[in-house]
Amino acid sequence: MNFTIEVNGKIIQARKGETILESLAKSGITVPTLCHMPGLYPTGSCRMCVVEVEGKPNLITACSFPVEDGLKIRTHSPRVVNARKTNVELLLGNHPDDCLYCERNGNCELQTFAAELGVRERRFRGSKSKAKTDPSGAALVREPSKCILCGRCVRTCDEVVGAMTLGFIGRGNKTIVGPSFNKQINLSSCINCGQCIMACPTGALHEKRHSPDLLTALHNPEEHVVLQLSPTVQISMAENFGLKTGKDSIGVLVSASRRAGFDKVFDTSFAADLYITELAAELEQRIRSNINLPLFSSDCPAWVKFAEQKYPEILPQLSSCKSPQQMTGSLIRSFYAPGFVVKSSQIFSVSAMPCTAKKFESQREQMTQKGITEVDTVMTTRELSQFIKLNGIGENLNENDLPDAPFHLRSSASRLLSVSGGLSEALIRTLHYRLTGTEIKQLKISELRQTKEIREVRLAMGEYNIGFAVADSMKAAGKLVGEVLKGRSDLHFIEVMACQGGCINGGGQPISDDQQVVRQRIKTIYEMDEKEPIKVAHKNPAVIAIYREFLGEPLGKKAIELLHTTYTKRDVAY
Amino acid sequence: MNNTFKFALSDLRDVALLNKAHSSLPEFEKLLSQLRYDAVAKPVFFVGSGTCGRIAGSAATLMAIRQYTTEKNIDAEIIEVGCIGLCRSEPLLDIQLPGKRRISFGNVTAEKVEPLLDDVLNNTIPLGMALGQYSHSHQEAWNGIRLLNDLPFFRMQNRVVLKNCGIINPFSIESYIANGGYKSLTKVLLRYSPDAVCGIISESGLRGRGGGGYPTGEKWKAALNTQGEERFLICNGDESDPGAFMDRSLFEGDPHKIIEGVAISAYAIQAGKAYIYVRAEYSLAVERLKIAINQAQEAGLLGHNILNSGYSLTIGIREGAGAFVCGEETALIASIEGKRGMPRPKPPFPSQRGLFGLPTVVNNVETLANIPSIIENGPAWFAATGTEKSKGTKVFALAGKINMVGLVEVSMGTSLSDVIYKIAGGVRNGKAIKAVQLGGPSGSCLPEESLDVKIDYESLTEAGTIMGSGGLVVLDEDTCMVDMAKFFTDFLQRESCGKCIPCREGTKRMHEILENITRRPPDESGHEALERFKGVMQLNNLAEVIKDTSLCGLGQTAPNPLLSAMKHFRDEFEEHIFERKCRAGVCKDLRVYYIDTDKCIGCTACAKKCPTTAIIGSARNPHFIVEDKCIGCGICYDVCKFVAVIVK
Repeated sequence: MNFTIEVNGKIIQARKGETILESLAKSGITVPTLCHMPGLYPTGSCRMCVVEVEGKPNLITACSFPVEDGLKIRTHSPRVVNARKTNVELLLGNHPDDCLYCERNGNCELQTFAAELGVRERRFRGSKSKAKTDPSGAALVREPSKCILCGRCVRTCDEVVGAMTLGFIGRGNKTIVGPSFNKQINLSSCINCGQCIMACPTGALHEKRHSPDLLTALHNPEEHVVLQLSPTVQISMAENFGLKTGKDSIGVLVSASRRAGFDKVFDTSFAADLYITELAAELEQRIRSNINLPLFSSDCPAWVKFAEQKYPEILPQLSSCKSPQQMTGSLIRSFYAPGFVVKSSQIFSVSAMPCTAKKFESQREQMTQKGITEVDTVMTTRELSQFIKLNGIGENLNENDLPDAPFHLRSSASRLLSVSGGLSEALIRTLHYRLTGTEIKQLKISELRQTKEIREVRLAMGEYNIGFAVADSMKAAGKLVGEVLKGRSDLHFIEVMACQGGCINGGGQPISDDQQVVRQRIKTIYEMDEKEPIKVAHKNPAVIAIYREFLGEPLGKKAIELLHTTYTKRDVAY
Repeated sequence: MNNTFKFALSDLRDVALLNKAHSSLPEFEKLLSQLRYDAVAKPVFFVGSGTCGRIAGSAATLMAIRQYTTEKNIDAEIIEVGCIGLCRSEPLLDIQLPGKRRISFGNVTAEKVEPLLDDVLNNTIPLGMALGQYSHSHQEAWNGIRLLNDLPFFRMQNRVVLKNCGIINPFSIESYIANGGYKSLTKVLLRYSPDAVCGIISESGLRGRGGGGYPTGEKWKAALNTQGEERFLICNGDESDPGAFMDRSLFEGDPHKIIEGVAISAYAIQAGKAYIYVRAEYSLAVERLKIAINQAQEAGLLGHNILNSGYSLTIGIREGAGAFVCGEETALIASIEGKRGMPRPKPPFPSQRGLFGLPTVVNNVETLANIPSIIENGPAWFAATGTEKSKGTKVFALAGKINMVGLVEVSMGTSLSDVIYKIAGGVRNGKAIKAVQLGGPSGSCLPEESLDVKIDYESLTEAGTIMGSGGLVVLDEDTCMVDMAKFFTDFLQRESCGKCIPCREGTKRMHEILENITRRPPDESGHEALERFKGVMQLNNLAEVIKDTSLCGLGQTAPNPLLSAMKHFRDEFEEHIFERKCRAGVCKDLRVYYIDTDKCIGCTACAKKCPTTAIIGSARNPHFIVEDKCIGCGICYDVCKFVAVIVK
């Protein structure tokens, strides 16, 4: 049902069932919001979207109030603006006021509000939060004193991701957001996915910086610094070099990295192909012997931790393959180093990932060789971007270089891993070849390219009818695991991604509200898959070469030793 | 005796029998009369054992009575009852001897038991100990003892909700039924459709007693008319206003009445499950409720297919963890759902989307306690009491500097001054009344000159306060209004759930500004003084924004105590701010000491003890306090043996 409402003296159209905020947005009227998360039930906690409605004694929140026929609304009256400004001043009154030292300086919603509302004076002075910074996490740092309690991280953790780690603790202005019982984050059920960072409007949550001594290392001739670039990072940094949003920027990124001083720059996509090959072999083996099915993917370290703490009973079903990052790291020390006459101990192995959980993964004790970490430092897309800027490399760079051998070639399937469902698509291609000896005809599996939380598809491969499922988020994964534990047996492979949409929406990606940008990046990935000649992992010449020269065969002795890992049950505080 | 009735109860499923229990069949009438203790065969001792009684020592009294009867080999019945409202006179002991009327004694501590019982069992009443006697028609009256109902405390009351409190045995369903209990539930289940029950309540004009005053019948209809696979009724017993104890007394004194009210309301909205949300601190209330629910279940008055009506209901108790905000209905719902007690925006209202997303009605305890009498006597009877828009009665918990601290129930329309002066006997120690705080921390204060206001929702709002849930705190001239506003602001700050900015941060700043004007830093710089004034200048704007933008009732009403105090006692605030003086002498930092030169003999005791050497003067000559150096610690005041040090 359509009707009209009056906003600031003008008549606009509204539809029954909408909130005031939605009606206003359609008519191009912007009301500031802070706690609002599109698609989730409004909580009305920040009070920034308050508007004046005729006949209501108090100001009401546009985000939660359903429009009614004939409402008369004022969105920017003195009363409303004063209320918004006072509330922002109240937030600032309990804020550390250390913008210049803050992770989010220049990219902070609170700063923006203060600027937009013209806050020029410290009106409210008094005691400030004494909540201590929690640096214990491998990937995340929590600074509760900077938290403005909008609750977006809590809702992301509970309702979007489903890890249920963060919650509110305490009352009054001593309320903070933290893991259960205010335990340290490293003891908590946090899976390091970093989605809370993406949700945080201020610097209260950010990744742990792993690269303070990187610059020194780069300028130390004794150290051999290598960088691996994740396929998602390659697609997410075009803006840094003045390229069109969503353009694949591997060439210029490699060039920039070399200029910054990295001795070698590798492409993690190579290991993605390796991962697909090993995973396909593993799945083939399990299907043929019908044990430990369904096979769960293991490339998402957030999911791996979640499984270890919440569903230890499915650990045998979790693929033993290391993630592409760790495969590259492992091969750098065991294959690249001897071949290129560098001592493994001299290598400083850096990776650039769209992910915060990778920081945690690189520190797992299983991910070491002779006591040396396979990957020494993991940088998020954001950190890499800042590091490149630090080295004075910017938009005027106009060079395209190729990554370094031996980890330089890739198939287009490897790039699909950036998107949730992409791993399954890539895996289907290689698995089909392994099971039937022929290439699959229909490469695009559109069932897996939807945006539903759980997507499933069943494909006939020779004598087998194989079920694939993709779960976006721990909530969805939990649902599938529950079904499997109850005896569901038609699924053979379950791909789990902690972040909705996959790595392209990872917790280490540039903080931007704009889903348009993300969609553009996804589009490029699918386009590349259409255009490029090598579309399957097992045809990657570098992969074929490394099996021939070094690894033997998939799931062979050497492959198991270097490319596979183990998992253990984990006790965490819930 | 009870066995006969239990027999009848076990057959209650046979509807005709329950009807008989409430009809005037002679054989039942005799039984009911016995259960009502109209006449007794052996001495009965009723000991007031509500929380107030227990604190005053009723457990010891009870023990002393047991010991007495055992030692003297007296065949007597000892019953623990709830609180009749005279909390000030606890422990209360009522004695009923065969053939005689029930008589009440106040302040019966354990050591008084033996002499008192010695006397009473010999038919003599010790002078001055009896509060009054009950008015049983067929029993012999005690000579020279006035009727309890003639006490000023009771005379002006109209006890509907509290009718049974302190009188009947809260542990006995038979006792409740004998006093007319469960009659209304039976009537509703057998005679009325849910719609009709909503209609009756609407017609009666009953409004929510939690403070909001929303018409109860309308709330029910909204829930009943909302589609949902299930509906819930919640009884809100999360009473947390400082100084309020209406709900607790009801739970402790007459739990079956609440259960009957809950059952009728649940039927009216067709809820299959009801929750009673009680503060966990009310352990006695929880215990008695649990017993009562079990009894009702055994009697077939709760559970599956109640009285063969086809209607089934279970009642669960949920204990709150002591958060003030959980009295707000959406926060309470979140708490029952197992989540953190934080409110959410309305609409949607709980009647549309409540517990577990289903239609839910949240009613206050007192609201529900009104339901059985409305059904029993009809809506017209209820509407006959009260004012045009506010019908029925209201229970108030009197606290503060009042003479008769306790629980009273008056008809709507009674004036506040009648409650304070005529019922509760005015202010203690003959001091002057300064203000009355209604509605707890969310309410506002009324100055003495406004006390003629009538108790009804509209009049109180017009006078600038609210009905609230029934907390009434009397403040005398020794109360500092700034300090009072500070207390409530601090309370609300500590109880804020932390969800919305204005309530969480705003009340904190408000409290700090008030702290600043009640404190005197040892060496205040000009800049600090400026900050203090700037704070004061913001107080009004801040309070208005908190009211205007807070998410729930807690925040929206948080500035009320401050705003009302500033409105009525502006001069007191200005004294604190400009003259740095607290006329009530409550704000310790602002006290000014000086020495009365006529009284000072120059003993030097004060000068020796003064930590800041602010006292000068030579021996045997009057001393003098240098105000700038004095930190107001009060040591000189304490050490002076000649009352020469004076506080201003």
